Amino acid sequence: MNDRQTRIDLLYKRAAEKILILDGAMGTMIQKHKLDEADYRGTRFADWKQDVKGNNDLLSLTQPQIIKDIHSQYIAAGADLNGTNTFSATTIAQADYGMEELAYEINYASAKLAREACDEWEATHPGDVRFVNGAIGPTNRTASISPDVNNPGYRGVTFDELRIAYKEAANGLLDGGADTLLVETIFDTLNAKAALFAIDEVLEERGEKVPVMISGTITDASGRTLSGQTTEAFYNSVRHARPFSIGLNCALGAEQLRPYVVELSRIAECRVSVYPNAGLPNEFGEYDQTDNEMAALVREWAEKGFINLLGGCCGTTPAHIKAIAHAVKDCKPRLVPKLTPKMRLSGLEPFEAA
Amino acid sequence: MTDISRFINIGERTNVAGSIKFKKLIVEENYEAALDVAREQVENGAQIIDINMDDAMLDAETAMVNFINLVAAEPDISRVPIMVDSSKWNVIEAGLKCLQGKGIVNSISLKEGPEPFIRQARLLRRYGAAVVVMAFDEQGQADTVARKIDICERSYRILVDQVDFPPEDIIFDPNIFAVATGIEEHNNYAVDFIEACKLIKARLPYAKISGGVSNVSFSFRGNNPVREAMHSVFLYHAIQAGMDMGIVNAGQLVVYEEIPADLRERVEDVILNRRPDATDRLLEVADKYKGDGGPEKKVDLEWRGKPVNERLKHALVNGITEFVEDDVEEARLQAEKPLDVIEGPLMDGMNFVGDLFGAGKMFLPQVVKSARVMKKAVAYLIPFIEAGQGGKRETNGKVLMATVKGDVHDIGKNIVGVVLQCNNFDVIDLGVMVPTQKILEVARQEKVDMIGLSGLITPSLEEMTYVAAEMEREGLDIPLLIGGATTSKVHTAVKIAPNYSKPVVYVIDASRAVGVASKLLSKTQGKDFAAETRAEYEAMAERHAAQQLEKKRFTIEAARANKVPIDWAAFEPVVPARPGITVFDDYDLAELVERFDWKPFFETWELHGRFPDILQDEKVGETARSLYDDAQKMLKRIIVEKWFKPSAVIGLWPANAVGDDIEVTPAPDQNEPVMLRTLRQQMFRDNNKRPNRALADYIAPKDSGKVDYIGGFVVTAGPEVEEIAKKLEADHDDYNAILVKSLGDRFAEAFAERMHERVRKEFWGFVPDEALSNADLIGEKYQGIRPAPGYPACPEHTEKRTLWQLLDAENTVGVRLTESCAMTPASSVSGFYFANPDAKYFGLGKIERDQVEDYARRKSMTLAEAERWLAPNLNYEPRHYDEGGPLARQAS
Repeated sequence: MNDRQTRIDLLYKRAAEKILILDGAMGTMIQKHKLDEADYRGTRFADWKQDVKGNNDLLSLTQPQIIKDIHSQYIAAGADLNGTNTFSATTIAQADYGMEELAYEINYASAKLAREACDEWEATHPGDVRFVNGAIGPTNRTASISPDVNNPGYRGVTFDELRIAYKEAANGLLDGGADTLLVETIFDTLNAKAALFAIDEVLEERGEKVPVMISGTITDASGRTLSGQTTEAFYNSVRHARPFSIGLNCALGAEQLRPYVVELSRIAECRVSVYPNAGLPNEFGEYDQTDNEMAALVREWAEKGFINLLGGCCGTTPAHIKAIAHAVKDCKPRLVPKLTPKMRLSGLEPFEAA
Repeated sequence: MTDISRFINIGERTNVAGSIKFKKLIVEENYEAALDVAREQVENGAQIIDINMDDAMLDAETAMVNFINLVAAEPDISRVPIMVDSSKWNVIEAGLKCLQGKGIVNSISLKEGPEPFIRQARLLRRYGAAVVVMAFDEQGQADTVARKIDICERSYRILVDQVDFPPEDIIFDPNIFAVATGIEEHNNYAVDFIEACKLIKARLPYAKISGGVSNVSFSFRGNNPVREAMHSVFLYHAIQAGMDMGIVNAGQLVVYEEIPADLRERVEDVILNRRPDATDRLLEVADKYKGDGGPEKKVDLEWRGKPVNERLKHALVNGITEFVEDDVEEARLQAEKPLDVIEGPLMDGMNFVGDLFGAGKMFLPQVVKSARVMKKAVAYLIPFIEAGQGGKRETNGKVLMATVKGDVHDIGKNIVGVVLQCNNFDVIDLGVMVPTQKILEVARQEKVDMIGLSGLITPSLEEMTYVAAEMEREGLDIPLLIGGATTSKVHTAVKIAPNYSKPVVYVIDASRAVGVASKLLSKTQGKDFAAETRAEYEAMAERHAAQQLEKKRFTIEAARANKVPIDWAAFEPVVPARPGITVFDDYDLAELVERFDWKPFFETWELHGRFPDILQDEKVGETARSLYDDAQKMLKRIIVEKWFKPSAVIGLWPANAVGDDIEVTPAPDQNEPVMLRTLRQQMFRDNNKRPNRALADYIAPKDSGKVDYIGGFVVTAGPEVEEIAKKLEADHDDYNAILVKSLGDRFAEAFAERMHERVRKEFWGFVPDEALSNADLIGEKYQGIRPAPGYPACPEHTEKRTLWQLLDAENTVGVRLTESCAMTPASSVSGFYFANPDAKYFGLGKIERDQVEDYARRKSMTLAEAERWLAPNLNYEPRHYDEGGPLARQAS
């Protein structure tokens, strides 16, 4: 199965039949290997000018077997959509390690690794097609919040800087074999809008149509993104991209995310995805929600018909994904509603013109 | 009726073309006041704000970007969508690049033909914005109804059919022109607009209609009352025709019904072009209304009437800078010294902000605003503070801040930095991914007063611990603050603080940073605060260590290796005097009463205390005495009238331990042994000082070569207890029903105690000359134990089934087991006898999956079944989803 478009057709078909399963945390799995600076560098970057430990995306180049093996574990656990190891693979985020120039290569190589892992599975499980989900992270800068609170009008990054960085990432992912693109862990919607703008440009330039998934992050108890938007305002801000799915991930566990999942399910005119953390971290930054606990929480959403895609974020493991896949395998996916067209605007809060 | 409530007000005051005041503020770069203009509009009900910077004096693109970015930092303004208004495409695009929300672009049109129109529309779709389309084409602006609808329809078809633009995001502006200008051709302009509205609504589905309302009254400029009346009347009719929104001064719209009748009629004539002399007739009365003033601008200033501390709090919570200097001055005059204002009302307000943030009632951009109010307040106070210090500026201290190595997150740290700066701390921010050595180096060079470390990802916790250790090693003597998303008080207490002997304090969020930093550096409070924190963290670390120890478990192998050490070589088993089964019927009730333990009796009645002291208790003594009297009276009748017929069965059999099982030989002629399955404690033991007990430890193991013995018993007060209780209940004598049951229980317990005593002395006879008082018996001072299945040493109830099998208890004493292994009649007691002097009661505690799996195998249960019976004792989460899975199969 090499043809992206054929796989995409299959993905739409599968999405109509079942709740699609996303994979779980990459970082948590990498942490288990307890890699040190030398492991991160590998031979190629042994003499790199600065520390690179913590640059997980770099591992796609220096420790490809580890990354591929993690993909294989999630595939075996039942993940339909497998996110590439590219959360920070933009020139902007890689600048922290002086590795801006590697951004395209990391995206390309990461997508290829995920593709290889899927291909290996498909070779031994004929007909069981798995998909590569090209992950596009938020970068570590915010386009609508000033990093200098004394100068609220200042911006550490502009829309166009983000747009250019995201274009490169998207091209790398698609060249490497991604079937879908996922703009994820959005804490500043303007960053996401730049990513969506870039993706639209890239797809137009390539003459392709690829499903785009969007996943925002509610950061705290106020139920808002870091940049201050409510769930509905966030949705209104990105629905112009006509995404394959809209959803939430990270920062909170399934229990805390529930009201926002219900909200999205009510308003979204596309599929709804959620991949929560394994609960809230304990005092030591560890996630202790078990596979069964998490599966039970998300199963309730599935039973109530809130959801089309489920997976895991921080702290989740193949065991969690397996438990979730098992728990919802008989549940019907949410029926995407046909809502009356309305002008839906937003600031930090939603505004709907009747 | 005009549904004005459905009409969308677009604020018009942040438009340099329409507001001289706003233009002046922008040109002078007085952004704070310019933002106030925007805020005022939102407060007055604008649901969208129009921003326009088109002016020859301005670089419109820069001004647009600056202002929108500033608005983004004002949550009370940026909560509403923004309309990016410009006639220049580059300005529009620049504005869109700053909007995280979905806004409206005002405007595009076919003025220069379809090509740029399509290009722009495609880009708008990509940016994600709704759009105002002017009724304007290559020939110019549409004035008549026909031209208006033609251009709108043409634009609509291009947008929807060629650009795939969502029709619900199209807003037509069919041009509002001035009426009553004196030029006859203008008289029908308002009517043309209203008619066009109707046609657009009818023909172009989902499209919206907007317009610049103030244009209509242009000829009456200088006479606001008449203009406002014209706006109201115009809107009244246009809204009915389908106008959805308009650029209006939301604060100055008069209510249609409240326009004086005389004026309203004449205005209506003009708007609707009802008579040729309409303009003249309006002019006739216009002067009469001039200067009458519109409705007063209303701002909610009720809070200004509150005491100054309340006002400061209000200003901090709501991020209002307007009055803060006046309020701070007032507070300063009331305070002993200026600093007290900061440490008092201002910090109280910030703490309140912190509480609201923690509770999810404020969100980050709002907190940042609060910090700015704080800054302004502090800035005002600084000269006074300095004056008190002889003119030199004295900062509260110098704080070094850094996100530790390996972590690139800094938003939270930046906020803490600003909040600290706002409070007169000097902040040196080393940024992200800062290596430990650099932190220490700069701290020393700059002679900082404290270090603040931040981190968001889990590995940063480790790194912070390392920084603390290095600070200790290099002998630093300044406090260390810890903050960031994954950090916690417990982690700080357990992992970081022990590494550094100077103060280490966890700071939960930015709003607390100032309080902590000020206290640490305070000459008066610093030492105490550090000591209190240290003590609190140490206590927390100890608790944590205890909890961890509590949770930690041995593997079952390790636990078995640490069993109760008994020297079996030196052990001589006592052969029971009466082996096998012995049954006792209709046991003497009076003998049992002597063995009563009254304490549980009173506990049944929710009376807690020692017996007999409880009878003299100050609070419950009287109740206890009366209850005791009633019990005594009933006891007498029970004995005399022989209400109950207690019976017991005991058994004493040869037995040996095999691993954690006990192999029992029920009768000499029976070859098939019966297996009792015991469970072993798995709690972690330091240095194996205390054993991990299992009941099997108390029986000589098979490989000792010695035959040991075990006993079992079931005693019951008899079925009569419940029969009598039922009768009493039927008579609605609940008191005596409960009394008889609780006495029945006492008989059963006393019977168990009495039989155990007789087993020890007579039937088994391992302590033939035991002489213990009733109190000693209750205090379990005898040799050996009689643990019961379902109780702490052997909590798994199904072992009762084996006991029943050994004693044939259903037939010998008539006590049955329910499905859940409860005994019926309820006034019954069962258990095993262990004679070994080393046998002690114990609680099993929590056990691990390895033992449960092994136990399930031994009991021929599925794992899930074993986990159900052992649910309260599991030290792990059982897997529910996979009951038929490999583990369960393996177990069965």
